[in-house]
Amino acid sequence: MAWDLKSDRPIYAQLVEQIQLMVVSGIYAAGSKLPSVRDMAAEAAVNPNTMQRALSQLEGDGLLYSQRTSGRYVTEDVQKIMQIKNNLAADLIQDFLEKMNRLGFDREQTIDLLNHVTKEEG
Amino acid sequence: MSDSILECRSLVKYFPGCLALNSVNLSVPKGRIVGLLGPNGSGKSTLIKLANGLLTPSSGQILINGMEPGIETKKIVSYLPERTYLNDWMSVRTMIDFFGDFYQNFNKSKAYDMLQRLHINPVDRLKTMSKGTKEKVQLILVMSREAELYILDEPIGGVDPATRDYILDTIISNYSENATVLLSTHLITDVEKILDEVIFINMGNIVLTSTVDEIREKEGKSVDALFREVFKC
Repeated sequence: MAWDLKSDRPIYAQLVEQIQLMVVSGIYAAGSKLPSVRDMAAEAAVNPNTMQRALSQLEGDGLLYSQRTSGRYVTEDVQKIMQIKNNLAADLIQDFLEKMNRLGFDREQTIDLLNHVTKEEG
Repeated sequence: MSDSILECRSLVKYFPGCLALNSVNLSVPKGRIVGLLGPNGSGKSTLIKLANGLLTPSSGQILINGMEPGIETKKIVSYLPERTYLNDWMSVRTMIDFFGDFYQNFNKSKAYDMLQRLHINPVDRLKTMSKGTKEKVQLILVMSREAELYILDEPIGGVDPATRDYILDTIISNYSENATVLLSTHLITDVEKILDEVIFINMGNIVLTSTVDEIREKEGKSVDALFREVFKC
């Protein structure tokens, strides 16, 4: 997966988001081992200290955990992952609703439109 | 003192008719990748040359790991100057042997490894190479030392974007946790993702020291955008 980093926001915050995304989408499965900080930093082409900071925050949030000798793992708590997945989805929907609102659609119209479009697709 | 690898105390460098560095106080901590950023003629190279003992301070002090620049500091500092000093007639292999003899911390296998990655033939002589390839060779020699401080003066200026990525990748993956990288450049967009901290220098004065994420958080813009704003002509 390619890392997509914007230039106007703090790098570590963007790393946090993208790692969350990788975990909820199963690229890093529950209980699996993460690559080393250095490898992840090289892959994302960022400073290792910045990657370390992002990983520490995710550890604080409970999505990752460290084992002193063997490295860093994704939590085995599937519920925790689902919770983060739901949070991310809620954020996306909120963002979508706001944009639709700016286009002049209220909530009901938006939902109608959404139903319409998904029916057409299916 | 042991926390900073490079320290300047009221450092002044005066050239006839020109104040290149105006009482600079600066401390570069260990284990960081630091960008020294400033417009042309701001004092970047002067500071770097002072750190390598190629110039001496007019007043004040510059210390590497607590020592004044000299034989002992040259053992721990790996320096990429802005201009090449290598002999044109030498082949890359001869140069690697030369560096191996010269520096105890030179890692030959690392050098050959990087040459291979960049498709440079070790038997080629320097004078047959393009400008960009020469720069690559020089950077490989510098990064193949296991140094405590790497000082890179414009390391990516003359190379293509793909090689630039490889070089930045090399800097990230080669530096150890205790090593510090100080690099000067104009190509801020390319380097800002790999920097911990930036130092803005202008007309011999340090105008800003900050971390990259602090700048993005406070200003809501990239280091490159801030640079363009601060140094608007």
